[in-house]
Amino acid sequence: MKKYIAFFRLRFAMGLQYRAAALGGLVCQFFWGAMAILAFKAFHDTDPSAFPMSLPAMSSYIWLQQALLHLLSVMSMDGELMDMIQSGNVAYELCRPVGVYNMWYIKNLASRASGALLRCIPALIVAALIPAPFGLMAPPDVITFLWFALSLVLAAVVVTAIGMIVAMITFHTVSPRGVRLIAVGIADFFSGGIVPLPFFPEAVRRVTELLPFSATANVPLRIYSGDLHGGEMLFLIALQVFWAVALIAVGRLLEWKELKNVVVQGG
Amino acid sequence: MKLYLKYFAIHLKSTMQYKASFFMTVTGSFLTSFTVFLGIFFMFQRFHSVAGFSYEEVLLCYGIMLMGFSVAQMFASGFKVFDSMIANGEFDRILCRPRNEIFQVLAFRIDFVRIGMLLQGIVMLWYALVKCPVDWTFPRALTVALMVIGSSVLFSALFLLDGSVAFFTLQGLEFMNVFTYGANEHGKYPLSIYGKGMLTFCTFVIPYALVQYYPLTYVLGRSDRAWYMLLPIIACLFVVPCWIVWRIGVHRYKSTGS
Repeated sequence: MKKYIAFFRLRFAMGLQYRAAALGGLVCQFFWGAMAILAFKAFHDTDPSAFPMSLPAMSSYIWLQQALLHLLSVMSMDGELMDMIQSGNVAYELCRPVGVYNMWYIKNLASRASGALLRCIPALIVAALIPAPFGLMAPPDVITFLWFALSLVLAAVVVTAIGMIVAMITFHTVSPRGVRLIAVGIADFFSGGIVPLPFFPEAVRRVTELLPFSATANVPLRIYSGDLHGGEMLFLIALQVFWAVALIAVGRLLEWKELKNVVVQGG
Repeated sequence: MKLYLKYFAIHLKSTMQYKASFFMTVTGSFLTSFTVFLGIFFMFQRFHSVAGFSYEEVLLCYGIMLMGFSVAQMFASGFKVFDSMIANGEFDRILCRPRNEIFQVLAFRIDFVRIGMLLQGIVMLWYALVKCPVDWTFPRALTVALMVIGSSVLFSALFLLDGSVAFFTLQGLEFMNVFTYGANEHGKYPLSIYGKGMLTFCTFVIPYALVQYYPLTYVLGRSDRAWYMLLPIIACLFVVPCWIVWRIGVHRYKSTGS
């Protein structure tokens, strides 16, 4: 256990070094968030009755999504592991007296956490200063915020597990670009990255909510914006726990299978 | 031109060496734009129109933008990896050869996987052309063609600018992505829905609106100003400042020494 904590701390500290990259990313996400909110506002103005959440809740959802993007997007998968698999350097990793899965899981989680920490504080402060319908609102109450925090941790655990499964698949395909693009495309859409789940047609939403992808960003962001509460919230949090356990188990299984017949490409 | 075709053939052959990987990447690339389309579809299931634009009209708009963007991505993707060309000394080699540098960077990388996106753009455009209640006259059809060409040129110019920035920073700037990827994604809706301020920015600073919103109003018959159809050509002038930045960059260029 101690060695994994050490991995986490090392990678966390490393992530905090990339301040310039974080700033660049921040500017990007800020523009992105502003444009998304303006687009949703145009829909809201066209037909307010069809809008499934309030406009301030919508804005909060978008700002949190942008601020936490680094933590909750499959996209921020560790490129390093992928490169290692492609270049064959992964062989060195296999020589270490620790499980590849556990080590990389911890490292990935740490780099997500540190990257998000760097980005989210300035982003959230700025977003909170923007006036009412467009800015980030305070959470409805303390209890909601605690549920949000719990769900956020679970979401990070699930999304890292998804990322690890994608990485394990690239043991098969060598070139990571395609697998990555497909995984990111699917996960992004079903976690409400393009259109929040409440905007989905009712039947599609019900099915989507059961998928592992919606157990990521979807749940905490909707809890914060007050869209998700009561029994439905508890159900989706329980589902997050289920997916966290299941996906880590699948990842471990894949690791065990792939490593049995891994072929290192020369070099 | 002949030389470019030769490069084209070489890139095509080398891509085809890894067929499975290629088709997977095409699928992935297609999915990224397809999910955006699904998003539009879901939104219009609920709202039926946005700021006076119908589903078909938005698809017409997004189809044009996506086609322009994917063409630019396919052929101007050399500029996307330009920062690494500076870092690893590839650009020094380019400067030694007796050909134009821009030509060589363009020929350095052709990203065929964008074909998935391009196809989607074509399908959406075709669907919108059939479904839109527009009286298709020759000037209107010509305008659509000009919009596609104009947006490819505009996005290519932005990629050129993105690459030129690497002369000064040695590393690509992530926020430049807002102007390429961001503009493509948010250009799915006619730019007027983002409000007056944004429309002004997109008219006079980076001329997205000249290839998108204004000619679109002419095509859809919301404006009688026939000269709107020529705006995409004016938007192509955006290449000039980008080219000047590039020239300044080449002029100041010092090798990184690797």
